[in-house]
Amino acid sequence: MFDYETLKLIWWLLIGILLIGFAVTDGMDMGVGNLLLFIGKTDDDRRVMINTVGPHWDGNQVWLVTAGGAIFAAWPAVYAAAFSGFYFAMLLALFALFFRPVGFDYRSKLDKPSWRRSWDVALFIGSFVPALVFGIAFGNLLQGVPFHLDEFLRPFYTGSFLALLNPFALLAGVLSVAMLTMHGATWLQMRTLDELAERSRSAARRMALLSVLLFAAGGVWVALGIDGYRVVDMPPPGELTSPLHKTVEIASSAWFDNYRARPWTLLFPLLGFAGMIGAWLFSGSGRSALAFFSSSLAIVGVIMTAGVSMFPFVMPSSSNPSHSFIAWDAVSSPLTLTVMFWAAAIFVPIIIAYTTWNYYKMWGKVSVDEIKNRFAAY
Amino acid sequence: MFDPEFIELSRLQFAATALYHFIFVPLTIGLVWILVIMESVYVMTGKQIYKDMTRFWGKLFGINFALGVTTGLTMEFQFGTNWAYYSHYVGDVFGAPLAIEGLMAFFLESTFVGMFFLGWERLSKVQHLAVTFLTALGTNLSALWILIANGWMQNPVGSEFNYQTMRMEMTSFAELIMNPVAQVKFIHTVSAGYVAGSMFVLSISAWYLLKRRDMPFAKRSFAIAAGFGLASILSVIVLGDESGYEIGDVQKVKLAAIEAEWETEEAPAAFTLFGLPNQETQETDAAIKIPYVMGIIATRSLDEQVTGLKDIIEHNEERVRRGMLAYGLLQKLRNGEDTAENQAFFDEYKKDLGYGLLLKAYTPNVTDATEEQIKQAARDSIPHVAPVFWAFRIMVASGFAMLLIFALAFYYNARRQILRKRWLLWLCLLALPLPWVSIETGWFVAEYGRQPWAIGEILPTFLAASSLTKQDLILSLTGFFVFYTVLLIIEMWLMIHFARKGPSSLHTGRYHHEQPATAVTGG
Ligand code: HDD
Ligand code: HEM
Ligand code: HEM
Repeated sequence: MFDYETLKLIWWLLIGILLIGFAVTDGMDMGVGNLLLFIGKTDDDRRVMINTVGPHWDGNQVWLVTAGGAIFAAWPAVYAAAFSGFYFAMLLALFALFFRPVGFDYRSKLDKPSWRRSWDVALFIGSFVPALVFGIAFGNLLQGVPFHLDEFLRPFYTGSFLALLNPFALLAGVLSVAMLTMHGATWLQMRTLDELAERSRSAARRMALLSVLLFAAGGVWVALGIDGYRVVDMPPPGELTSPLHKTVEIASSAWFDNYRARPWTLLFPLLGFAGMIGAWLFSGSGRSALAFFSSSLAIVGVIMTAGVSMFPFVMPSSSNPSHSFIAWDAVSSPLTLTVMFWAAAIFVPIIIAYTTWNYYKMWGKVSVDEIKNRFAAY
Repeated sequence: MFDPEFIELSRLQFAATALYHFIFVPLTIGLVWILVIMESVYVMTGKQIYKDMTRFWGKLFGINFALGVTTGLTMEFQFGTNWAYYSHYVGDVFGAPLAIEGLMAFFLESTFVGMFFLGWERLSKVQHLAVTFLTALGTNLSALWILIANGWMQNPVGSEFNYQTMRMEMTSFAELIMNPVAQVKFIHTVSAGYVAGSMFVLSISAWYLLKRRDMPFAKRSFAIAAGFGLASILSVIVLGDESGYEIGDVQKVKLAAIEAEWETEEAPAAFTLFGLPNQETQETDAAIKIPYVMGIIATRSLDEQVTGLKDIIEHNEERVRRGMLAYGLLQKLRNGEDTAENQAFFDEYKKDLGYGLLLKAYTPNVTDATEEQIKQAARDSIPHVAPVFWAFRIMVASGFAMLLIFALAFYYNARRQILRKRWLLWLCLLALPLPWVSIETGWFVAEYGRQPWAIGEILPTFLAASSLTKQDLILSLTGFFVFYTVLLIIEMWLMIHFARKGPSSLHTGRYHHEQPATAVTGG
């Protein structure tokens, strides 16, 4: 139905949508986790915070699981090279993620304060570390990753774990944490009452400002200090089958090529800034639903900015640029992409429908009273 | 380049984390249907006790579910982190069911499981039952898709090697789904989960009955578990047999290893009840055999024969030689000599390419292998027999033990004599680990028996691993060991804590520990 080139482009978009879905939904839970120790002063506060995301965090996390599965299916080479190359970073994120299911489920099962405090710390780690690591991963992708392929397309990563923690990547990591914390804070003001909502409001404002600064700094840094990648020679996108058949050069300001060629794409970075500023403004004026909505747009803007800057690159190679993975050559066969397209086209709307029902049924402000008087609460 | 110890460590890590994941998975799969049964009775009869049952067993379900999710995350990451070449080589086929599992199953179960726990006061009775049902449906669909993926590894249908992209590519999605190995695997594995769920409820209820506590609650739970358990264990055993039949057709090697059958026997083959398989001499010492049974299990007939391992090795030597040719042609094709003639040649030989790749363990070039290396590669093409042989017998033995227990429990419960049969209640309690014994050994048979292949006859395991180092693996294994041990201790402790308290942990005021106004804790 679609030609191969269109399918490739669709899958670039779909992976982007899954990542955005993850950041907007599970990012909100992580934001709440980041704030748990700081604005949750008492055990009651913390239970309220946890219960705002209680019925949702597991479903939200599946955006991550599905994004992983979709990258495996649509860009197998990227899944292979990125996950094994970033081995310890991935394991770090994974081990931190372990804390979430058990943290949410086990924390309030016992009354002992030491038990609960330990799980609060666990939930913080499970939120903070993955948010940081995913940001760092994006920061490294923008700079290129030292890997190459042999003649049978086996990937070899030649960097080290510590090299991933370079200054620009750390900036991206902190941006990711700040942005998701802002997002969680806007969620909390919408779903909690009184002082807790008040504290969420000021946290959201601070994090929104920090995000604006970091996002701007990142932009300047990419413009002045980081070389981009550019394909200089390749067969037509629909015919490219192997990552070994193109030539790529590293060039300064190449990450701005797409914005120069299609100025409308500048809307994405603008959306990022507008969303953050909106979250700041609406949090200030107490319009919490609008604040949450703005903060979601900020996330869409930031992720799309990274995607569009790099397009068609998905995972550039710094040690052998011509082996870089791009959206045209790291992809699966037409049949797999077609089957998967239909699976997504059928199931994503169904998922959105029942998820909406879930939020609708579980909606409302969460209060201390409610948690104490209902048996069905974490 | 291929350090055998590194490969061993990678396999160890996968096996340990997968087997660990599969401690929790079967209980989820089985218990959730028991919750559906209990809640349905509640909705139909309106009797409060069935709601309490749903909520109490649901609490234990939740404790288990959390670790199922936690350890599942590892599985999702692990193909990329540790089996990178595998991921590249088969992602086109294998990734699809995995991604569909996320879209179709994980979203469903994970969205509704939250409402199961937190939605009691916000949903109508029927709505809540629907939520429980959809959670159950989600877990079972998840099993379906992952087993389609796993079935493809055992029996790679609907796909073809593409020399330009250097990987397997899907040629038919329908064949992938209809893979007979995946079908029987699904039924056998899911029923095994139902057995685990039933045994769990049966054992714990038996304990309350022995203690004479919360009798109405325990009796009802016991009755449901006994009925559901008996049906499930019958399904596992009958369809376990079906599973043997399938691999008889597709995976002759595994079947022969399960049977430690070195020589091809005249039909109908005998079943080796006991024996000591010896890989060196290629013989099974001290064998005790039951005539005919094997032939019937494997081929469903009295006149077809089961191929012995020695014949398989001999046959595979031929395939290794053809695999060398395929490899040589592949090199030509990739070096620009992609003439129509070479392509036609390659198409003829490529189904043996995997056997050629077995030689990579001895010579990177494959085409220059010596006679001795070819013979060695052919010997490598079968798994170690003894572990498969024994694991299979343990699975089957504990399966029949459970059949007996469920049958007795069902019978005496139906005749209302169960309270007087204290020995049987004890037996039910002590049988608690049996489903897990069967299940873990079953997976061991399926996965270890598939060696040396990561993808049957296509990609050897040692080629499938990532380009990491031994140190990397030692570090990550240590991490998993520490985390998983701590998590297991916490989980077991909570499980035992709440199982001991029983329905009193619901704080309804109706149950044993609450009668003399004992201390009440929140949660
Ligand atoms: C979808 C694929 C898939 C699925 C559903 C499973 N496995 Fe598997 N298994 C693999 C894919 C795989 C693998 C990646 O291919 C491994 C690693 C090395 C190998 O040869 O196969 C493997 C190895 C492997 C081994 C070690 C064999 C050896 O290397 O000696 C064991 C014991 C298991 N698995 C057990 C399990 C259990 C308990 C599973 C249930 C969750 C399971 N497998 C599901
Ligand atoms: C080796 C391949 C496997 C992978 C990659 C994998 C992946 C996962 C993931 C990511 C989750 C968490 C989903 C969530 O967040 O809710 C999960 C949970 C689950 N998996 Fe696996 N899994 C594997 C093997 C299996 C098998 C063979 C089965 C069934 C026969 C299975 C059944 C389940 C079920 C029922 C759950 C729900 C959670 C629970 O069990 O408590 N998985 N799996
Ligand atoms: C009593 C007769 C039984 C027979 C003849 C039997 C047969 C088999 C066979 C041949 C396999 C290997 C399938 C393959 O390699 O693909 C297998 C795997 C397995 N068995 Fe059994 N089994 C029996 C009982 C049980 C019981 C009682 C349980 C658990 C309650 C169980 C759980 C499993 C599991 C989880 C697997 C791995 C998944 C699979 O490959 O289907 N089995 N069984």
